[in-house]
Amino acid sequence: MSYYVTEIDTKGNIAVDDTLLVKDVLSTAGSHILEGFAPLFSAEVVERVQKAGYTVSGKANVGEFGLDLVGEFSNKAATKDGSLVGAAAQLVAEGSVKAALGVDLNGAPRRAAALSKVNFIKPTYGTVSRYGVIPCACSGEQVGVYAANIADLKQVLSVISGHDDKDGTSLQHDSYDYDTDLEVKGTKVCIIKELLSSADDSVKASVSAYAEKLRKCGVVVEEVSFDMVNAAQTAWQILMAAETCNNLSRYDGVKFGYRTPNYNNIDELYVNTRTEGLNFLTKATIIYGSDVLSKGRYNDCYDKSLRVRRLVVEQIKKLLGDFDAILTPVCSKAEYKPYDIAEAFTKVFDESRYTAIANLTGIPALVSGGVQLMGSYFDESLILSLAKCVERVSE
Amino acid sequence: MKYEVTIGLETHVELATNSKIFCACGGHSSANEPNDCVCPACSGMPGMLPVMNKSVVELAVTAGLMLNCDINRYTTFDKKNYYYPDLPCAYQITQLFNPICVNGKVQVKTNSGVSEIGIKQIHMEEDAGKLVHDEWTDTSLVDFNRTSVPLIEIVTHPDFHSAEEVVAYLEMLKSMFRFGNISECEEGAMRCDVNISVRPEGATELGVRAEIKNMSSLASIERAIKYETARHIDALERNTEVLVQETRRWDDTKGRTFAMRNKETEADYRYFPDPNLMPIVIDDEWLNEIKAKMPVSAEEKAKEYADAGISDKEIEMLTAERNLCDILDEVVALGCSAKEVAAWILTDCAGILRKNALLLSDLHIAPEKLAKIIKMVNDCKINRGAGKRVLGAVIENDVDPEKYCKDNGLDVQVDQGFIEGVVDRAIENNPAAVSDYKGGKVKAFQALLGACMKELRGAGDPTVIKALLEQKLNK
Ligand SMILES: [Zn+2]
Repeated sequence: MSYYVTEIDTKGNIAVDDTLLVKDVLSTAGSHILEGFAPLFSAEVVERVQKAGYTVSGKANVGEFGLDLVGEFSNKAATKDGSLVGAAAQLVAEGSVKAALGVDLNGAPRRAAALSKVNFIKPTYGTVSRYGVIPCACSGEQVGVYAANIADLKQVLSVISGHDDKDGTSLQHDSYDYDTDLEVKGTKVCIIKELLSSADDSVKASVSAYAEKLRKCGVVVEEVSFDMVNAAQTAWQILMAAETCNNLSRYDGVKFGYRTPNYNNIDELYVNTRTEGLNFLTKATIIYGSDVLSKGRYNDCYDKSLRVRRLVVEQIKKLLGDFDAILTPVCSKAEYKPYDIAEAFTKVFDESRYTAIANLTGIPALVSGGVQLMGSYFDESLILSLAKCVERVSE
Repeated sequence: MKYEVTIGLETHVELATNSKIFCACGGHSSANEPNDCVCPACSGMPGMLPVMNKSVVELAVTAGLMLNCDINRYTTFDKKNYYYPDLPCAYQITQLFNPICVNGKVQVKTNSGVSEIGIKQIHMEEDAGKLVHDEWTDTSLVDFNRTSVPLIEIVTHPDFHSAEEVVAYLEMLKSMFRFGNISECEEGAMRCDVNISVRPEGATELGVRAEIKNMSSLASIERAIKYETARHIDALERNTEVLVQETRRWDDTKGRTFAMRNKETEADYRYFPDPNLMPIVIDDEWLNEIKAKMPVSAEEKAKEYADAGISDKEIEMLTAERNLCDILDEVVALGCSAKEVAAWILTDCAGILRKNALLLSDLHIAPEKLAKIIKMVNDCKINRGAGKRVLGAVIENDVDPEKYCKDNGLDVQVDQGFIEGVVDRAIENNPAAVSDYKGGKVKAFQALLGACMKELRGAGDPTVIKALLEQKLNK
């Protein structure tokens, strides 16, 4: 089966998630509501990889707006031996492309990378332009890179990072140096107990195995408690849903994409277009997001989440002051089975426990060997070096 | 019983920037066709991000300083959510939590005296598009030219107590913003929401409030306020209706207000901070830069002109149009006297414009060219009549004054000696006219003067020529 929504060039060496715009190529973010939408411009990251000599192979299938676990609720769900996989991650795993670009707004690419045994990095917020990302959760989503090995991942990450005038949240540095391998011997890594305990035994075992390999690299690994896991998970759910609700409200059937044939007035045009054009998970997210922004709930939900975000940032900085990196699971299970969309909202929330901290705070998160390494802001080099060392030890 | 009316205003003013607030599109006034000034960003396509136009901040701060506001050094943008076809993203970027200016005040003069109006806040926001209803096909079309055009909204405290005060305030804003190049304030570029309530004089609580939405003409605003005041008094005095807090719409043809549907008024806009726009920090350096560029006010300008000897009437005409003051100042800077430049602008330029069915506000002339013409006349290179002719050509066709004189033979070198020669030749070549004149026929003088003028082809000062001719004939 094809993992592409649209294949562009069979000789292409880089795939991009369908949440990224490619000029004149259908870009639908896995949603019926963007049916027929071909953008007038490409995402900045797409321009950059093309300028660096890469050829885009096609648009990889994603779950509607990237809101699900790994892409199970797209127009064409991808599975492998009855287990769910992410399309871009699987393309990389199968060696059809050297790398892929994906948008991480609630952990889907990280989970997909873990399931397909490839690497994915969600870099520090603000280091990669979001221009041309079909937006959901602007305050925490970042474009990241999938690759089969750390060397390839570093190469592509260097290409896409750096300031872009077209994104008001893009940080000022023109480029970032990910090439130097840092000395990892003597560095300290902590495992967050609260994230370990909620995972399956098989996941626990792979975290332990990874920790063992780190120790072989001369890294000190310790378990610590971080009591803001639940707060971070809930806060990101609230912010993510609210921003998604806001960003998806532009799909109203008036300007582009799907328009319902069933309407007699403007209200029916809006309601029926969105009812028919969006899936259950997206609608659940929109309703949740609308609720937390409503007058009666804003202070207790949205505003409180902004305050929780500041606290988590403060606490995570403190933790990353004591340790050089954090090691955690990225999924609760080693594989996901197909399930009913009615359960999706809860399932995604449960699994976001492992990924939310990085989206909420903006710190870099790298999935490698089926586990997650998080580091300080702009400290991608260190987590990449740790993963590279483990890669070497594993060979 | 006597009643007191209490009014607060929310005034939207379109800013005179070269581009929209978050994208590079030109302002909607530069558009010819619907959807001429539209890009993926201001038409709401996914993936485009707002990029702040710095000059919007500067104009908003300038307006705030004009209205004696405190400038918030940390200002942020928020998203306001609602569905309407003229709003492409289904949200408007505005400022709710940290507006750019707060706590201002202005004095408003009316026939009944001076009152102080408190300015609660000024915030920046983007405008929405426009719906055009096509009656023929019974459809609505959307024009996004106005989408994302920058606005400021000025919110006053409920400090007005009459329609006259409201009109005086709005007129003052208009002339202040036009003069300061904050806004062109043309038709529709200034729109008002009026909050109005009426209570018996001396009552401690305010009456039930009505909000009349979106009016742009001063005449309508005045009529709407008077209508609403009367409606409230009727209700209070004669129980004609039960007043409820509501939003109303002014119907200019029917001359009355109507309650709007509840659906439009009870919306929850679900405001939240816009994560795509970083907070704007206005440090001392930037604020001082803006202050240094603050335009002088019309009052200051008037005083300056009075000191230069320009008459009150002329000052009034000049300061009504910022453009005229700019031209005058620049011509003066090129070495002409303010008084004479004022006359050239208000008499000669105005005359030429009138002939072309234009107003003084339409005057476009390079100050260097006007200065050149004035100097040529002053140096007697051409006479005033010829000067006017050149001015006409400059205004109408933007010609080069010197080249125009040369091409049309107006550039005769006319020193005293040359004119003397011309006069001598006229006397010599017209013996009949000379003897007629000497014989008492005054009319003959005109023939001789005509001969001089013909040779001079419009150059030279007629009074000088006349005096010289008289002097020679009477010798
Ligand atoms: Zn635009």
